Amino acid sequence: MSKYLLNKFLFTVDRDPDLVERYRNEPRATVEWWEAEEANRILNCISEERSTWLQFDDVERSALAAQDYVKLFELGAHPFLTLTLFIAMFERDHEPLGFQKEYALRLARFEMPYPDIAT
Amino acid sequence: MATVCAVIASTHHPFYYRASTATGVHRPPFADEWVSKILAFRETLTRANPNVLVMVGSDHFHQLWLDNMPQFLIGKAPFYDANWYNEEREFGLPTMTLAGQEDLSAHLLRKGLDSGFDLAFSNELRIDHSITCPIIALRPEADLPIVPIYTNIFAPPLPQPKRFIQLGQAVRAMIESWPEKLRVAVIGTGHLSLELGGPRQFGDHGPDPEFDRRAVDWIANGDFEGCLSHVTLDSLHLPGNATHGFMDFMLMMGVAGENSKADYVDTLDLFHTMEAYFTWYPEGNLA
Repeated sequence: MSKYLLNKFLFTVDRDPDLVERYRNEPRATVEWWEAEEANRILNCISEERSTWLQFDDVERSALAAQDYVKLFELGAHPFLTLTLFIAMFERDHEPLGFQKEYALRLARFEMPYPDIAT
Repeated sequence: MATVCAVIASTHHPFYYRASTATGVHRPPFADEWVSKILAFRETLTRANPNVLVMVGSDHFHQLWLDNMPQFLIGKAPFYDANWYNEEREFGLPTMTLAGQEDLSAHLLRKGLDSGFDLAFSNELRIDHSITCPIIALRPEADLPIVPIYTNIFAPPLPQPKRFIQLGQAVRAMIESWPEKLRVAVIGTGHLSLELGGPRQFGDHGPDPEFDRRAVDWIANGDFEGCLSHVTLDSLHLPGNATHGFMDFMLMMGVAGENSKADYVDTLDLFHTMEAYFTWYPEGNLA
């Protein structure tokens, strides 16, 4: 399991306006492309000097492909990254703060301590 | 030697810029009271007549990332560009460029390294809303050079809470040993109880008003002992999952000094968070 890689997906998509739209509109294809092409890119290095070992497990890949932010919370993805990206994708479909409040409601079953986010 | 002319601690709320500039039907009902409180808070900095601002904040996964994460970092650059695409997108924040006080950065790095703080540094740092929110609130002219200090309150493992107080104490002493006759204000922002991306987010108040009440008392009274006896890395999960940002308030308590009562204290109970504003005048009360 790689919380780091989940976070890396959320982080790199969130900072790219085109990728935000691509993930909103074609989630499964975007996740598959990202895992094949981007997961092992070291962000501060040239493309030839890549990592060799990063991949999602099936649960992580499915959660991202389903845009299932409740599952991402359960898996320990960083809540700030998840929230920020999902606001960017879906706030526009709701009344002001409506998406954020629905998001909270859908997480209501979680009690303290929340899933560990340490990477 | 330099003088610490003001120590200022506050929450940083990225919604303030949009709320304060909105008009007509877009202006939220709480905007006028919020603006009024910020203008009064701004006056506490103006009155101190600073030449330089040391700004304590925390990068929100903008430039600092999990492949290379410093715990405490000081910017050392002649300029700092500011705000990021996702902050413009979500909060409507403007881009900015702030001048740097590079010689004070060098002084803090050298003195810090020599006194037990293995500080990271950055020669090209784009700062985010943890530093630009207080600029917008307190010095919207953005006309003073800054030294940014970033802390990791975001990506565990985090430093212990007492370490934040100790760094604040060290920053105060290091500024006062800087051999320039300049007036330095130290401004730091954090959070009281806060939940982001969890089930208690965006409620009618902050997620834990009782924690907020106690935290305001600790800060306003410089109560290191009370604060440290209640606050641990584990306990900070309980008031809300983003409450580790309170440790930046603890750093500012360290700058202000133990048992140092704030000269100015104000709060604002908003949906989602309790806002809190504190100013100390080390030279004597100007409030």
